Amino acid sequence: MKHLLSISDLERSGIEAILDGAEHMASVLGREIPKVPALRGKTVANLFYEDSTRTRLSFETAAKRLSADTMTFTVASSSVKKGESLLDTVKTIEAMGIDALVVRHSAAGAPHRIAGWVDASVVNAGDGRHEHPTQALLDAFTLRRHRGPSLDGARIAIVGDVRNSRVARSGIECWTRLGAQVLVVGPPTLMPENLDGWPVTVQSNLDDVLGEIDVAYILRVQQERLGPAILPSLREYYMRYGLTADRAEQMKPDALVMHPGPMIRGPEIATEVADGPRSLIREQVANGIAVRMAVLWELIGSGGTL
Amino acid sequence: MAESPAGESRAYYHNHDSDYERRAVVFSADDLRRAQVRIAHEIVERNHGATDVVLVGLHDRGPEIAHRLAGAIASFEGVQVPVGTLDVAFYRDDIGIRSVHPLGPTEVPVDVTGKIVVLIDDVLFTGRTIRAGLDALTELGRPQAIQLAVLIDRGHRELPIRADFVGKNLPTKISEDVRVRLRETDGSEDTIELWGPK
Repeated sequence: MKHLLSISDLERSGIEAILDGAEHMASVLGREIPKVPALRGKTVANLFYEDSTRTRLSFETAAKRLSADTMTFTVASSSVKKGESLLDTVKTIEAMGIDALVVRHSAAGAPHRIAGWVDASVVNAGDGRHEHPTQALLDAFTLRRHRGPSLDGARIAIVGDVRNSRVARSGIECWTRLGAQVLVVGPPTLMPENLDGWPVTVQSNLDDVLGEIDVAYILRVQQERLGPAILPSLREYYMRYGLTADRAEQMKPDALVMHPGPMIRGPEIATEVADGPRSLIREQVANGIAVRMAVLWELIGSGGTL
Repeated sequence: MAESPAGESRAYYHNHDSDYERRAVVFSADDLRRAQVRIAHEIVERNHGATDVVLVGLHDRGPEIAHRLAGAIASFEGVQVPVGTLDVAFYRDDIGIRSVHPLGPTEVPVDVTGKIVVLIDDVLFTGRTIRAGLDALTELGRPQAIQLAVLIDRGHRELPIRADFVGKNLPTKISEDVRVRLRETDGSEDTIELWGPK
């Protein structure tokens, strides 16, 4: 595998190979010296045109745990402010000698374009409303660790702003490939206009499904992408779709709660649920490093079979 | 794990190659059992007992051999030595030259600092797997000593590494394979065979 741009580039077996690789990486992270020389001499550049804390730090840490050198480029402190084009910026970074380029961009498809310009491997770290494949993989990894070897038959409800969510798009692709059933729950204004061909069922009432799901996957309310016509008030949203303590109680005893972060305590999820025993939110963050190590290793280390 | 050379120029484990034929049975199941018992005795003799000894098998067949040696030591010495496993994939020097994949977990149940660690592998060839194993092991602690036990030493070393305990020294050609099959990993009777081009 040369690039990781979209979950749809991967078959089930490819996804499972990455998750298996992440198990090896997790064991490295558990050691007293949580670092291996696997990518010594390789350079990983992070190119972030959109704000991010966890994803950028996670990729940076992943690269360092594998002994790669890292460069981080954030748009706020770069020549992009002076008017440099994406192509020129990418070519400049490439000229410094890199093996992998981790890209976040607000435009859907930007990582795909970049992959056509460079010899390095490109990892999509989130492009607009399109995809965020490593998030979907780390969520699958986290769930798999809690449910045994597979997600077969798991019922996962993605709750919230599905329409604007790259996490939802990648998640649906990834988790259904692994055998899970995905339903999307949210107000009609936050559902995609067209769900044809998506392997999901749609529900507008969260309370109707609480008792039958294995996982509540809560999305962030992306206030920066929403206007008053779409979401009149956060209070109303919380009343209908917020994962309150009462709602969490109605879930199956072993049902789990996930959130890709950054989470907004209040409108999306109550603090006692986010920090409660069902919550995998902290684990998701920790597992992100192992999964991104596995992705980097697969792309620029292993010599690959994927 | 059979040793593999660094470059693609050298032939390596032609498992599915129909142009290969069996040249000799190096060890039958009984031969292998006797060699293992002898190695177990040598380990205990060399180290004046087994109290500080830890056996660490390199994937993918080393862990099984390590468990067998530990069983033998327990039976005649009455000491249960700890057994660990080591995966060296991330420490190899041929990453980027050929396809490299982790083969199993690294699990050493005790702190190796101050212990006598015996690394265990099936076939010693170029020495590069052992070199990687030394790096992997020393990140887990500082053993008092590290020794090496192998079932077969087939020669062709590329590094200054030698085994302390050897089942059999087997002169081979580079083009030949030493094929090891164990009950636990390969589901058949134990054998070690020498294969070569027809």
